[in-house]
Amino acid sequence: MPHISPGSHLPRIPHIPHLPILRAGKAYRSLSTKVLDNLATGEPVAEISQANSGLIAKDLAEIGRARHDLESLTTRELVAISKKAGELFATTDLPLGGATQSADDYVVQTSATTGLPQVMVRANMAKIRFVLEEMETVLGGLTRGLDLEILDRGFGTQDGRMVSYRRETDALGAVLPSNSPGVHSLWLPAIPLKTALVLRPGSREPWTPLRIAQAFIAAGCPESAFHYYPSDHAGAQQILLRTRRSMLYGDRATVDPWRSNPGVQIHGPGWSKVVFGADAAERWPDHLDLMVASVADNGGRSCINASGIWTPSHGRAIADAIARKFAEIEALALDHPEARLAAFPSRKAAESLSHVIDSQLAQGGAEDMTARHRGDANRVAEAGGCWFVLPTVIFCEDPNHPLASAEYLFPFVSVVEVPQDELLHKMGPSLVVTGLTEDPNFRRELLTATNVERLNLGASGARGAGAAIPTSKIAWDQPHEGNLFEHLYRQRSFQGVA
Amino acid sequence: MNPATENSLAARSREARAALDAHVREMVAWHFSPETGCPFWLDYAAKLSFDPRERIQGFDDLKHLGHFEDEWLRGGPVRRWLPKGLEGEPLYAFETGGSTGLPKTRLNILDFRIDYSQFSETLSDETFPKDSDWLMLGPSGPRRLRLAIEHLAQVRGGIAFHVDLDPRWVNKLVKAGKHQDMEDYKEHVIDQGLKILRGHDNVKCLFTTPKLLESLCEKISLPKAGITGIFCGGTEMNAQFHRFAREELVPGVDFVPTYGNTLMGLACSKPFDPETKDYTITYYPPHPRAVFELVDPDDPERVVEYGETGRVMLTTLTKDFFMPRFLERDEGERAEPIDPYPWDGVANLRLFTRFEESVVVGVY
Repeated sequence: MPHISPGSHLPRIPHIPHLPILRAGKAYRSLSTKVLDNLATGEPVAEISQANSGLIAKDLAEIGRARHDLESLTTRELVAISKKAGELFATTDLPLGGATQSADDYVVQTSATTGLPQVMVRANMAKIRFVLEEMETVLGGLTRGLDLEILDRGFGTQDGRMVSYRRETDALGAVLPSNSPGVHSLWLPAIPLKTALVLRPGSREPWTPLRIAQAFIAAGCPESAFHYYPSDHAGAQQILLRTRRSMLYGDRATVDPWRSNPGVQIHGPGWSKVVFGADAAERWPDHLDLMVASVADNGGRSCINASGIWTPSHGRAIADAIARKFAEIEALALDHPEARLAAFPSRKAAESLSHVIDSQLAQGGAEDMTARHRGDANRVAEAGGCWFVLPTVIFCEDPNHPLASAEYLFPFVSVVEVPQDELLHKMGPSLVVTGLTEDPNFRRELLTATNVERLNLGASGARGAGAAIPTSKIAWDQPHEGNLFEHLYRQRSFQGVA
Repeated sequence: MNPATENSLAARSREARAALDAHVREMVAWHFSPETGCPFWLDYAAKLSFDPRERIQGFDDLKHLGHFEDEWLRGGPVRRWLPKGLEGEPLYAFETGGSTGLPKTRLNILDFRIDYSQFSETLSDETFPKDSDWLMLGPSGPRRLRLAIEHLAQVRGGIAFHVDLDPRWVNKLVKAGKHQDMEDYKEHVIDQGLKILRGHDNVKCLFTTPKLLESLCEKISLPKAGITGIFCGGTEMNAQFHRFAREELVPGVDFVPTYGNTLMGLACSKPFDPETKDYTITYYPPHPRAVFELVDPDDPERVVEYGETGRVMLTTLTKDFFMPRFLERDEGERAEPIDPYPWDGVANLRLFTRFEESVVVGVY
């Protein structure tokens, strides 16, 4: 990675923040560091302590202590701490390696190293605050309205039935990505669920997990609940092997070896899609804004962004209309208030990806519909010192074309035309599907499709396009790629004598 | 450093350099003479426009021979590396890697014994007591280390106890992403080590790799088990691991990091100073039998300045093996001579950055 350099042998850079390791909440400065650069200027932004895998293993062998600290608080107290942490996360100066970090510092720093525009980092910060502040609602969704005191007592009566839940681990491991801070909302409920956190941040986004941990600690959460280990792959592997429950974010090559491990909740590529029924496809213009939002919200960086639009008809027209909309999106500097695109780590990375797309187009059977609307402009653009890949829509005649199932880290979508009766089978796995149909048979097929994780079932237009939900719109009280409560707790059989 | 020490060190460096030049002349004469040289180098010399014995009069002249390529070691006939002057001696074939294709083989006759006998002189008799036994918790099979540690133990009057450890199987597990299987195999190796430690009271010295040391320490307190000295090597080690080992894994135990490989021998590290707590690992080669140069990756003819990062260029000059100017897969900072080792060393040795992945394009 051109902007990350091994730093253990370099002289310390005095004027940039140092992000330490957190060992049960205690800061530890490693002799092994990495320096993260500003994508726009190349200037160093932060020095990050790197945990050696043995240090992680040693700490995890002693992690049971955190459980006792968290169990000394009730779930309701931890929900209140979460609420306070949400406010602190979004508003206050929090510790950062011997100095402090304001909310504005956080936005600027996160944008500088991840390439996400500042306006989007701010929106993601608001998402995290929302989830923390609405933790009770989130827990209600995950536990289906369980009386939270049952988690404190270990058993109790819910709707007239005796229930008991057993926590399956002392700590939740999380091997995290760098694409967008909003993704961190998913592990936040672990704390009120009395489970310590073992966080391995993404290499370019060390900021958010550390700031969340500091916000929790400042809000009164036991510091022993937070382990923060920037590290290499060996460190990540230690976390996955040694926490009995974990979350793993990564591309297919990263996550595939762990799929057979039931303790590892996989968050791989999303391959999210907008799916038209034959009825709704006739009224596709009603859903144009929904499709653009599904693909391009948050810079197209999320696994919930659509990378496919699958329709029984009007595919080329749909692709052309999206392409016109995409052509209006321009590359802007990361601090521009209208910025809608996220930067790539380097010009080389942006051009390599564009080249991959061109190579796949050269096979035939697919067309870049954006090219004609982009005029003379190249797919790769520079703005404010950063490099971007401009939004791209492909029309695929063949559902087996490699671009039909491609997913890239920018607003990219393939429109694929397939008969309705073949569509769900051919589209492959999907994290989120926005299904647009009022055909009761197709709705039932969508509801029963085992290759669809999250389903946003929308109207075809007869009740107005406003009734449909983009793939990128998340209800936080719904499970995401598995239910965190069910990952951490197991309902056990229980009989007690009063 | 006071001026007297500096002068003394400078004088010793000059002496070391003169000894190196003399050693180069001796080794070139050995390897390029029909009476003593090996078929490979005699054939090589036959294709040159000069006689290396005349042209090469000192270390700097080795540049006339270009760069050794380790691919030459892949496959046989392995006897093309046998110096005629050593015919009749017992032969050992040590292998490197082997995870893809034919492994590289290095013929070894005397070197591993000489290298490890010399290394033994650097060990403390207090923490690596004479007549005490060793646990060799490292690779077995066709590895130089396996026999070298046994020789080291024997030189010091002890016995080396071994485990079965097949690093090629571990490589296969890593490549296949079989993380749990890898953990299970590591457990299997550690279990063997624990049995030796529990069954043999006289084991006071340990050779192991960084990762196996971490795993062993999860199961047992090495000081309580009677271990007083640890010789650690086999894989890359950085300052953070060094500190972690001294502070948390094995506090109070003599911890000796080393760097060795089948092509060179064994490099010692700069002795740790508990006053300064400088955990930087700086290796010094066994001069004049081996030499490190830190060179500009874009111009290997330019040796970098002290403190500057360079690619490691390794030269081995023994009667067993002549390996001029091999560009290693490692980089580090050029380190100045020090009192026990008045010649160049390398600090913060690590994998050559350009061999790491340069571009990552994916969803995360």
